[in-house]
Amino acid sequence: MKTKKKSLDRRSFLKSSALAGGGLMLTFNWFTQAKAAEAMGESLAETWHELTGYIKITPDNVIKILNPNPEFGQNVMTSLPMMVAEELEVDFEKVVVEMGPHDNAKLGPQFTGGSNSVRMYYNILRQAGATARQMLTEAAAQTWGVSADQVIASNGMLTSGNRKATYGEMASKAASMTAPKDVQLKSPSEFKVIRTAQKNVEGKKVVTGKPLFGLDYQAEGMKIAMILHPPAFGMTLKSFDASQALRMPGIKDVFSFKLFDEDFAMAGFDVRTFNEQIAIVGDSTWQVMNARKKIRAEWTERGDARETRMGRGGSQTVTIPGKLESTNYHFDEMEEGRKTAKVQRRDGDPETAFKNAAVVIEKTYNAPFLAHNCMEPMNGFADVREDSAIIAGPHQAPGWIEPTLSKVLGIAPDKIEMISTRMGGGFGRRAYGQYYVEAALISKQAKVPVKLVYSREDDMSYGIYRPMYTATYRAALDENKNLIAFHVSGGGIPESPIHANRFPAGALDNYLAESWEVPSNITIGAFRAPRSNFNAAAEQSFLDEVAEAMGKDPIQMRLDLLKRAKENPVGSNNDYDADRYAGVLELVREKSGWGKPENNGKRRGVAAYFCHNSYAAHVVDMIERDGEPYVEQVTSALDCGIVINPEGAANMVQGAVTDGIGQSFYGTMTFNNGVTDHKNFDTYRMIRHNESPKKIDVHFVENDIAPTGLGEPPFPPVFGAVANALYKTTGKRYYNQPFMNAEQPESI
Amino acid sequence: MAKYNLKINGKTREVDVDAGTPILWVLRDHLNLVGTKYGCGIAQCGACTIHLNGIAMRSCMLPVSSVGNQEITTIEGLSENADHPVQEAWLEHDVAQCGYCQGGQIMTAAALLKNNPNPSDEDIEATMSGNICRCGTYLRIKEAIKTAAAK
Repeated sequence: MKTKKKSLDRRSFLKSSALAGGGLMLTFNWFTQAKAAEAMGESLAETWHELTGYIKITPDNVIKILNPNPEFGQNVMTSLPMMVAEELEVDFEKVVVEMGPHDNAKLGPQFTGGSNSVRMYYNILRQAGATARQMLTEAAAQTWGVSADQVIASNGMLTSGNRKATYGEMASKAASMTAPKDVQLKSPSEFKVIRTAQKNVEGKKVVTGKPLFGLDYQAEGMKIAMILHPPAFGMTLKSFDASQALRMPGIKDVFSFKLFDEDFAMAGFDVRTFNEQIAIVGDSTWQVMNARKKIRAEWTERGDARETRMGRGGSQTVTIPGKLESTNYHFDEMEEGRKTAKVQRRDGDPETAFKNAAVVIEKTYNAPFLAHNCMEPMNGFADVREDSAIIAGPHQAPGWIEPTLSKVLGIAPDKIEMISTRMGGGFGRRAYGQYYVEAALISKQAKVPVKLVYSREDDMSYGIYRPMYTATYRAALDENKNLIAFHVSGGGIPESPIHANRFPAGALDNYLAESWEVPSNITIGAFRAPRSNFNAAAEQSFLDEVAEAMGKDPIQMRLDLLKRAKENPVGSNNDYDADRYAGVLELVREKSGWGKPENNGKRRGVAAYFCHNSYAAHVVDMIERDGEPYVEQVTSALDCGIVINPEGAANMVQGAVTDGIGQSFYGTMTFNNGVTDHKNFDTYRMIRHNESPKKIDVHFVENDIAPTGLGEPPFPPVFGAVANALYKTTGKRYYNQPFMNAEQPESI
Repeated sequence: MAKYNLKINGKTREVDVDAGTPILWVLRDHLNLVGTKYGCGIAQCGACTIHLNGIAMRSCMLPVSSVGNQEITTIEGLSENADHPVQEAWLEHDVAQCGYCQGGQIMTAAALLKNNPNPSDEDIEATMSGNICRCGTYLRIKEAIKTAAAK
């Protein structure tokens, strides 16, 4: 490959930023991986021949693959292009990977969430690679006057007998051809790139501190903006005096603005928690932070508010209560909510089974609101002009917020350019784009390009939290300790966690699932494995207790239920595949040496869960260290189908395990009259180095099932495995999260 | 506003800022050195870690007026071409997930190894526990530090 060396210095960074601000998207040194940046050299000046929306090739055979999906640490910048490279027949190490533009028509759904990236792009990207390969092959065949099946495409080269050409040499001709309709994809046994361990293509940029993230984004003439939002959920702006703030150095503008009109029909990911806010615009972050403190604002209780939400079958108007809520109130409301429980699923005759039971076990589990606490606080760049706009920053789904921006700004979607930077974490939080709406409205009103920066305090006190949940589980045993009925009744503020058709539904003749919801003005949303992250904690902890009462090994007890669910399932709408579920339990049993004499002294807990189409099981080994429980080692088994990049996949599972230990031990957001009790990391406790395990062994079930997703599934069962290990370590059952600072009931 | 001549990554850079401005914002907003990250602003997360005369320091609470002649090193200045042993170990262990905290993690680790070339697990934990990683890459960070120490 011909390479032109030119290092990408700060000048060129500034140059590209300036251009980006001016409306021309020139993103190569922003979004291209470091290792290939030199290879790219001045290729910008060269011709890129486009083959499908995902592949670009220069005449001198620089091969570029566009990653369609926003990157927030799940490593799609690596795994998605690997799927293209597989079918394109190129050396992945030599490929240039670049973040693609936001263009749903060309690059597909382009959202990060629901463990969907790899799953939804698996066919699309392999087909793109195969299509381009076939076009290059056809171009060579026509050039050489041979049939296409006489041309071999391999390693970026085309050969037929003595004839040889690079992909680049055939790219121009190939690009002018009509794309074939049907392409042959490899069978998994033929994979050469997929299933190989590949390092993060942006690794070098990360370790050298290159500008990658939304907060690093710059543009010509850009100002810094911050917001001042009401201090409590349920409050709104009454009046403010900015005269002192406006006299502070570097401050350009202070004004109030409204996000949405009263009757605005909100989409699923729109948020109007604080619909009226104050904006502060200035030259630098520190100046704006200081000026913000000088604003004299008066806030008032908002009262009940109405929200119109678009949904299936038209829009719906709901009332959001205005009360200033406290955590004690939330617990009281849960008790009230219980009385409104509605049946989600009933199999057999659970009521009679419970009446006739020899033993009934009943336990209640609670979990608090959680803040996402992405390391990069929310932020967004906006340059809003008369009839066009550029929006750039960290967002999981630019295509979901673009229609909202279009309506709010009165600018057609095709006049809004959405640029995805790397995200400093997401975990669901960045699926909600109110920070983009705020940035856009501030830019529009201030008539300058702005980068809206949330302080950590803004990020934590103006969150889209994981809801507060509670669930009561009941199990009925007969006189022979057989499990004869199962009942779950769960609710949340403001959404229920219940998945009525998940395990153990389908494994029991008598089953009842009930659900309720309590309205609230605390904004909630997706948080890594929504709902599942609570269910797995509660249900898997409860099953452990039931297994003990039955006198059974907890893994065997689950396997017995799954055997029943497979051989003679109750009901026809069970969400999970009993075989795959049992598979991860069997694998974790084997790999952890569960039940082996050498592990007899260990204090271990097990849990498994199915969510987002994949299966995960963990065995947690706990010790007491300085009088505190400590997770020393974890063994994990996953079934997510074909693993694209084993290196990145293992890293993500290890991260999910560490995250799960941290959230279950320490994570909590409480409220006092609508005000968050935590605003920064001094009091919001996050897991740290000394609290993370010394070893996390990750094992994947090997099969040829098309990928079913991995970002979320490993996370939920960690909570249950931790709770069960805590029981073995302390002799006490843990029902309330966070395990390390919530009160636990005395009797079990 | 006042003028300061700062020694950063081997060069002298002049800035005209308020005396109380933390070095973090001087780097990010005035010198376009954005590898040093804002995470909390109260020295609790370590994303803003730099070296001040070789010692790891949180730059988010370090006023520009207090730096004087001391040498500042940022993640951009740690090596010429990502070839500091800690950076190399980070790549070898494929540590990063989102990557946002990793500059700070690397700066803390590099300072640790400079003072203590063969740290124990306890030394590593004690030094690194001021740096939060929300993605949970702690295990790989520990392994990478051990690899770098062995070099």
